[in-house]
Amino acid sequence: MSISPPPPGWFKAPTGGERTWVGIALLWCLLMFLMMPYWHFRGKQNSTGEAYRVAPADFAARVERFVESNKVAEDPQSKKPIVEPAPGGDAYLQARMWDWYPVLRLKKGQEYRLHISSLDLQHGFSLQPMNMNFQVLPGYDHVLTITPTRTGDYRVVCNEFCGIGHHTMVGKIEVRD
Amino acid sequence: MSSVGNFLPNQSRTCDTTGLPVCLTAQFFIKAHAVCAVVFLLVGAIGAILLALTRWPAVQLLGPTWYYRTVTLHGINMLIFWILFFEVAVLYFCCTSLLNSRLFSRGVAWLGFVLMVVGALMTDVAIFQGRSDVMMTSYVPLKASPWFYLGLILVAVGTLIGVVNYFLTLYIAKRDGTYDGSLPLVVFGATAAAIIAVVAILHGAVALIPTWAWSMGWLSEPPDAAWYRLIWWGLGHVSQQVNVCAMVSVWYFLATLTTGAKPLNQAVCRTAFVFYVLFINLASAHHLLVDPGVGATWKIWNTSYAMYLAVLASMIHGFTVPASVESAMRAKGYTKGLFGWLFACPWKNPGFSAFFLSLVIFGFMGGITGVTLGTQQINIIAHNTLRIPGHFHATVVGGTTLAFMGLTYYVVPLIFRREYYARPLARIQPYLFGSGIAIMALAMSFAGSYGVPRRVWDADAGANLSAGANLMLAGVGLGGTLAFIGLLTFILLTVAAVFFGKKNEGRPMTAW
Ligand code: HEM
Ligand SMILES: [Cu+2]
Ligand SMILES: [Cu+2]
Repeated sequence: MSISPPPPGWFKAPTGGERTWVGIALLWCLLMFLMMPYWHFRGKQNSTGEAYRVAPADFAARVERFVESNKVAEDPQSKKPIVEPAPGGDAYLQARMWDWYPVLRLKKGQEYRLHISSLDLQHGFSLQPMNMNFQVLPGYDHVLTITPTRTGDYRVVCNEFCGIGHHTMVGKIEVRD
Repeated sequence: MSSVGNFLPNQSRTCDTTGLPVCLTAQFFIKAHAVCAVVFLLVGAIGAILLALTRWPAVQLLGPTWYYRTVTLHGINMLIFWILFFEVAVLYFCCTSLLNSRLFSRGVAWLGFVLMVVGALMTDVAIFQGRSDVMMTSYVPLKASPWFYLGLILVAVGTLIGVVNYFLTLYIAKRDGTYDGSLPLVVFGATAAAIIAVVAILHGAVALIPTWAWSMGWLSEPPDAAWYRLIWWGLGHVSQQVNVCAMVSVWYFLATLTTGAKPLNQAVCRTAFVFYVLFINLASAHHLLVDPGVGATWKIWNTSYAMYLAVLASMIHGFTVPASVESAMRAKGYTKGLFGWLFACPWKNPGFSAFFLSLVIFGFMGGITGVTLGTQQINIIAHNTLRIPGHFHATVVGGTTLAFMGLTYYVVPLIFRREYYARPLARIQPYLFGSGIAIMALAMSFAGSYGVPRRVWDADAGANLSAGANLMLAGVGLGGTLAFIGLLTFILLTVAAVFFGKKNEGRPMTAW
């Protein structure tokens, strides 16, 4: 019985079906254990967690410099600058209650180092409709190495609660040929 | 039992149904914690239906302020208050009735209980006052009212005191020789839960005490955001392992009560519990899979070996529990075919059906979604989407909560010694709740795969929902409503039984 002390001699190796099952379960878990590092090398999308400490004010200054030197247009809807980083170069995206700044214009097939950080609370970078999600923390410059593979306009939705305007925090990334 | 209990005169009774001894002090505190658990379950349930009807785009019942406030309220009252109060009741039962012992201390039990109640009320008032819309995770630098954190800290300290009372009861039972040999399996599992609870609560203290001090203005800077997430999930994830251990113990208990099940090999079951204790706390890393600040090697290491050994433990219980039922049923003569024993199980007994549905929902839906979400690459497409609540409504609601409901169908007749009314309703309640939760959890998971975020009032504003996503969110609303009806049925039946049920003192409970 499960509710009374076990009879003497209860400590014994499993037998029969139970033994088989423990074996199968163990093998399965070992397989999954190996898949984790395997996919890190085989898989195409990985979060390496590359990040550097940065004071929010310093990050804001870097974003401003980035916008000034790479601005190509103004987004008619949001009035935010559209910024086109050099292919292969650094791109910056700043999260703040409750907007993403600036609008990025990227070239398909080029690699970028996308720096994301927050000036205030935690935010969530959620690229839609691709559905890729990363955490954005104040004090950390989160660097994603990305290569856009499809053209179009993508929305950046905030998916970490950041106050009453959370659901209005929507940004934009354009991918062009 | 050859050994004798250590009860003081007139401080115990013998259960008329099971023949188990009941320490009257423990009985009082089991009742007290169980009543509070159900009260907070009701608060959480009101939040639940409001949330389900808000996430359903065609209804969108609440406005943004009350939606976010209700997410906070629901998460805290359900995941923390309902579960913790119930678990302390389970612990007090296990260490007394199953060990033939008295509770170590009435005073300590009072202290823990009062701290928990005061803390829980404090946090709820702070939420309703509206300066604590921070979600249960309260990620810094979001700032809540100091009462919010203080309340949570008091609940944690109160729980810890209850756990200490549990360990001291184990000690006096051993010292007084109230039982022969090893701990019963259910007590062994409860002890695993209690050990993990200590680890969880210590993490909680490390995360929340500095945060509270900062909200009081005693610290000028909030804790570092990445550090907070790491430590907070040491509380948040580890406490889920407490729930798993408690739930599995309840499975073994209910299997025994409802079918006379005996585990085939106790060494296997116990080893699986030890795995939970040894390997689980590292798995909190899977909450940080797309975080900056922790590197890939750390993420892979901590989410692979440790998590999979804990998964192994669950896979073992997923076999040993039904196997113990099967062998008991076969021993009773239900041997027809491969599954004859299963059809012959007491499906009309809500204690049994709740336990078995809990096993199925937890194992298949909760386990599979959990292992999937915990991989590095899939987490990129799932982090902070509705797939996450989809997963944990299968584990902690379809699993733990449903198992606790099943146990309640025995706690009320055996500890409160009152009978349930409307028994046909009670018989279908686990099916109502279980299917509602299963539908909602599936719909949440699919909506999340379409990219719908969790914790967002109006997903359409950003995500321009596809037709599929809209359909799935309607499923969240409908499944949630069904689950709510099941949950409310449970609460109403239980409250009616506890306060107005027919007394059954002096005779066995009416069999389910
Ligand atoms: C009738 C039963 C229930 C229904 C209909 C329900 C529904 C929901 C909904 C719709 C959400 C909001 C998801 C979002 O918008 O992000 C939610 C969140 C949550 N629920 Fe439930 N729920 C139920 C029971 C429970 C129970 C019993 C527990 C715990 C034991 C629980 C724990 C949680 C937690 C922890 C959250 C997350 C809160 C947060 O994001 O901070 N729920 N639930
Ligand atoms: Cu945000
Ligand atoms: Cu947000």
